[in-house]
Amino acid sequence: MLHEVIETLNSRVAIRSRYDNYIGGEWVAPADGQYFDNISPLTGKPVCQIARSTAADVEKALDAAHAAKDSWGKTAPAKRAELLNKVADRMQENLDILAQIETIDNGKPIRETRMADIPLAIDHFRYFAACIRTQEGSIGELDDNTVAYHYHEPLGVVGQIIPWNFPILMAAWKIAPALAAGNCIVLKPAEQTPMSIMVLMDLVGDILPPGVLNIINGFGVEAGKPLAQSSRISKIAFTGETTTGRLIMQYATENLIPVTLELGGKSPNIFFEDVMAKDDDFFQKSLEGFAMFALNQGEVCTCPSRALVQKSIYDRFMEQAIKRVERIRQGDPLDPKTMIGAQASNDQLEKILSYIDIGKEEGAELLTGGERASLDGELSEGYYVKPTVFAGNNKMRIFQEEIFGPVLSVTTFEDEEEALEIANDTLYGLGAGLWTRDVNTAYRMGRGIQAGRVWTNCYHLYPAHAAFGGYKKSGIGRENHKMMLDHYQQTKNILMSYSPKPMGFF
Amino acid sequence: MVDRVTATDKALDLIETLKEKHGPLMFHQSGGCCDGSAPMCYPKDEFKTGGNDVLLGEIGGSQVFIDRDQFNYWKHTQLIIDVVPGRGSGFSLEAPEGVRFLTRGRVFTDQESDELEAAGAI
Repeated sequence: MLHEVIETLNSRVAIRSRYDNYIGGEWVAPADGQYFDNISPLTGKPVCQIARSTAADVEKALDAAHAAKDSWGKTAPAKRAELLNKVADRMQENLDILAQIETIDNGKPIRETRMADIPLAIDHFRYFAACIRTQEGSIGELDDNTVAYHYHEPLGVVGQIIPWNFPILMAAWKIAPALAAGNCIVLKPAEQTPMSIMVLMDLVGDILPPGVLNIINGFGVEAGKPLAQSSRISKIAFTGETTTGRLIMQYATENLIPVTLELGGKSPNIFFEDVMAKDDDFFQKSLEGFAMFALNQGEVCTCPSRALVQKSIYDRFMEQAIKRVERIRQGDPLDPKTMIGAQASNDQLEKILSYIDIGKEEGAELLTGGERASLDGELSEGYYVKPTVFAGNNKMRIFQEEIFGPVLSVTTFEDEEEALEIANDTLYGLGAGLWTRDVNTAYRMGRGIQAGRVWTNCYHLYPAHAAFGGYKKSGIGRENHKMMLDHYQQTKNILMSYSPKPMGFF
Repeated sequence: MVDRVTATDKALDLIETLKEKHGPLMFHQSGGCCDGSAPMCYPKDEFKTGGNDVLLGEIGGSQVFIDRDQFNYWKHTQLIIDVVPGRGSGFSLEAPEGVRFLTRGRVFTDQESDELEAAGAI
């Protein structure tokens, strides 16, 4: 089945059995000639081979980026915007190919890649094309004869390390602002999902000047580390977890360069009693919000993996909420009816199952799911987990650690004060969800929750132009918004005197 | 007294293999998304620990650290470092071997918790 889909795609874009690195606008074999198998989580079987790069390949990519940076940095914003829009157009023309490859590479259901991942990625290029065309510097009139001019300048060459949960979308979140700002990029995809972005380069590579965007694949320790540690990058951006985040900051100190980090969360999703005041669309919407932990198999940094339900409605609410979870359709990720697909890798599957064990051992009550899902035929060795809901308390490890799977931990609260206390009792602060019909409650809670984004009466929307980033241990920086340009630009101040008279010091 | 961190035989074998290639090792337990909530294995001293890291113990002669804030949420459990087939792990050393260290957990018994508390380790 999987290979038939690849054959079909092959008739429209060359799906390679082996992907080299993309450096200086060309496919370049890794210096050591080594490759690794890329496993599809749908079947647990290899689908292609990927370059296993080392420091020598990183240097080659940096050479290409440095050769391109002066010209790209001086390219008119209107031209850079035009090229970003062309990338978006090309992706739009090939949306279905990209969606299918993304599903094969990552395991997520095709309805998500078609309706969310790829459309959002496309829009991201368009958004930053618009941002850079409309960006302006500033002028400060200090006195009659003295003016401070502020110009934006690109940083030069930047390194970017991309996660595996939304391979193309997370790449777009980093590539679009960096290119818009006039930087050249060396980017390393996650080794769990290295394929889809190479297909993307086959589709859009010719649009950008050679060397502007370079992709090297390989293992973190062999390819990511030399990139993060390189004295030839002016900034490093990383999405991942806390220990690697700290290590990347440590490497950045060696070169005194800035970092942006997005490191995850343990997002609370809070349901106040008034959601059940009426049996209407809004109540149904809140049930959907409860089930959102299963989106992308729970492999989302903002997975609403802690549900806080007001005690007065707990039994009635949970009866309907669990029914909603049990209606989630699990199956072949390439089937448009499938709502939850495969976890991205075997170790991810193992980690989720180990947390389910920890939850049971800690005494949490299993309400539904709680085991690996067995699918038939070719999918029997894929990495599938049943949507799982536990009831327990916020001190349990399943309430405190990012399981990164379709595992929800539910607890109760008495009142607003307790809801806020539980919501903030976490190391992280990336996302949060809030469900109430009372705007005053919504406002107070929204401001009180220590998280970069509080979805209020919605969840898991990621439109460009809404800033996204973390408080506490969830990271540094705000993506998905024009303010990200600041993280990819220097400020040049020219302090100009228009007075011919001596200053009078000496 | 009970150990805060132990390792399975498979993990200990892998540690020995990695030591032959990379020299002495260390571990730091990660939190957060993607490859998080899993142990990271580095050459000894590669990762700079600081005042906010807790030394949990040693496995295969390699120190295992965790962030203190994270420790406060984890301290009622023993960490059992295992290894599974896998791919990718930040900059952890085992990824090229096609395997991944994994942290399993076990809740301490009341008696073990009392011992740890008496020793000032909780």
